[in-house]
Amino acid sequence: MSMTIIEKILARASGSERVGAGDIVVCEIDMTVLIDLQFATMWAPPTRIADPDRLAVIMDHAVPAPTVADADGGVRAREFVKAFGIERFFDVGRHGICHQVIAENGLALPGEVLTCTDSHTCAAGAYNSAARGLGPVEVYSIMCTGRTWFQVAPTIRYELHGERAAVVSGKDVFLHIAGAYGDATNHNIEFGGPGLASLPMHDRRAIATQGAEVSADFTTFPADELCRSYLDERSDRPYQPVDPDPDARYAAVREVDLGALEPYVARPGGVSENALPVSQIERRRVDQCFIGSCANGQIEDLQIAAEVLGGRRVAPGVRLIVTPASQAVYTEAVRRGYVEALAEAGAIVTNSTCGACFGYHMGLLGAGEVCITASTRNFRGRMGSPDAEIYMASPYTVAAAAVAGEIIDPREL
Amino acid sequence: MQEQVTGRAWVFGDSIDTDNMYPGYAMRMPVEQAAEHVFYAIRPEFASGVRPGDIVVAGRNFGIGSSRPVAQLFRQLGVAALVASEFNSLFFRNSVNFGLPAVTIPGVHEAIADGEQVRLDIRAARIERLAGGEPLQGAPLPEFVLEIVARGGLMAKLAADGYLPA
Repeated sequence: MSMTIIEKILARASGSERVGAGDIVVCEIDMTVLIDLQFATMWAPPTRIADPDRLAVIMDHAVPAPTVADADGGVRAREFVKAFGIERFFDVGRHGICHQVIAENGLALPGEVLTCTDSHTCAAGAYNSAARGLGPVEVYSIMCTGRTWFQVAPTIRYELHGERAAVVSGKDVFLHIAGAYGDATNHNIEFGGPGLASLPMHDRRAIATQGAEVSADFTTFPADELCRSYLDERSDRPYQPVDPDPDARYAAVREVDLGALEPYVARPGGVSENALPVSQIERRRVDQCFIGSCANGQIEDLQIAAEVLGGRRVAPGVRLIVTPASQAVYTEAVRRGYVEALAEAGAIVTNSTCGACFGYHMGLLGAGEVCITASTRNFRGRMGSPDAEIYMASPYTVAAAAVAGEIIDPREL
Repeated sequence: MQEQVTGRAWVFGDSIDTDNMYPGYAMRMPVEQAAEHVFYAIRPEFASGVRPGDIVVAGRNFGIGSSRPVAQLFRQLGVAALVASEFNSLFFRNSVNFGLPAVTIPGVHEAIADGEQVRLDIRAARIERLAGGEPLQGAPLPEFVLEIVARGGLMAKLAADGYLPA
């Protein structure tokens, strides 16, 4: 049938036999996630909704509430889930950044369509779903009607080969792609190839999350054995893995040799055509280092941070902020001693929230400051002052910078 | 929906991101106040200088980034439409769903000078300089998208369909 993974999922969800690039389809949405900001800003209680079982509410962006408006949003969210019997409600204390909660609870499974009011919803593409962020009124509309439209974009395929070195992470794979190929605006991205088997699920999630940073519509991976066993530990809902057809049509097919990659750093302003191997990046002194967000607040990211910082100290004059991606990640990090190792080294370990990543609350940057971040986005002004500079790298490279006080090749430690 | 709009063009380059138009700190503010911060870093005179009916023109990959409702701020300021060589798809949807026309016309940001008066035909996806010259043509928006815009956005449609309290 000549379809890519995304085309097959959208065909199924729209009841079409075949869809291709350029087609406009109306899809039934399998799961929709509302976040706290929605209730704090444009909320009006609906008279009816499509299906409480296809809806989740997750408190993440502004928790615990830093403003009265956010606190009022929390009140409205709790009233809403009670009134409509929403069982999948992740309130403060059993919360997390929505994309982490989606992963932990199997809210996006292979072949499903997931929508949510956050641009990094593409994260769930790591689990072979068609997942994307939409604006607050469209998510509200899907909550009411159960469906929305998509225009099927052409797909770019990345064929992965080889195996990454231990110092290289999913973040580095993504930064390499963004640096080398730039934006994928109005395109989907599909990953595959023999190298995929060696790429752990947390790396895939970091890569899929960052699809939004190259402006892609959907970013997706196949459901190989590794993916299926990850999901089977977290959900007992049935699903049907979706593979591309052998004769699927792609706008481009690009080869990536994972074995040839080294740690990458994106310079301030964005990632597209703006990321280079760390060996080619200036050794800038840093004021703040951040490891967190839906992309890099996973337990494996905190493990790397704790291993680098264990027995070392955060350099004088540097602030290291670490934000676990969920309450579950937080408790696991406590259990494994990561929080203690990080705190003793002089890091701040925060509660789980989107706060520092989007410059809303906690850990903002002042004018003239330099930050290196393992999070989602390094736009100008993203984390505070527009006169601060934000570099982006892997948790390993960021942790190394926190120790050295400047951007270095983490292999130098 | 007013299908023909005439106003001053505010011209921007490629990959203008959402955080530039709607900074994180402004998300704590009411819409009227947040609107004063649109383009705060790259074009601080925009919010005070823009007039109802003006048109924002941009290059490739317009609106990369967040799902934050930038269109609400543009509407607050009276911006009549967005025209770009290429839109990020989330930003495009987020604009039309808030009732703000978003029209793709390749090459528009190079053909039109900042500050000049332009006439935009939203339905036809055509823009022309009042000073003269050939109009630029894009692909017209699908009819159902024009309808969403004409109603003033998705919430108006949901209200009409009985999903919102009367």
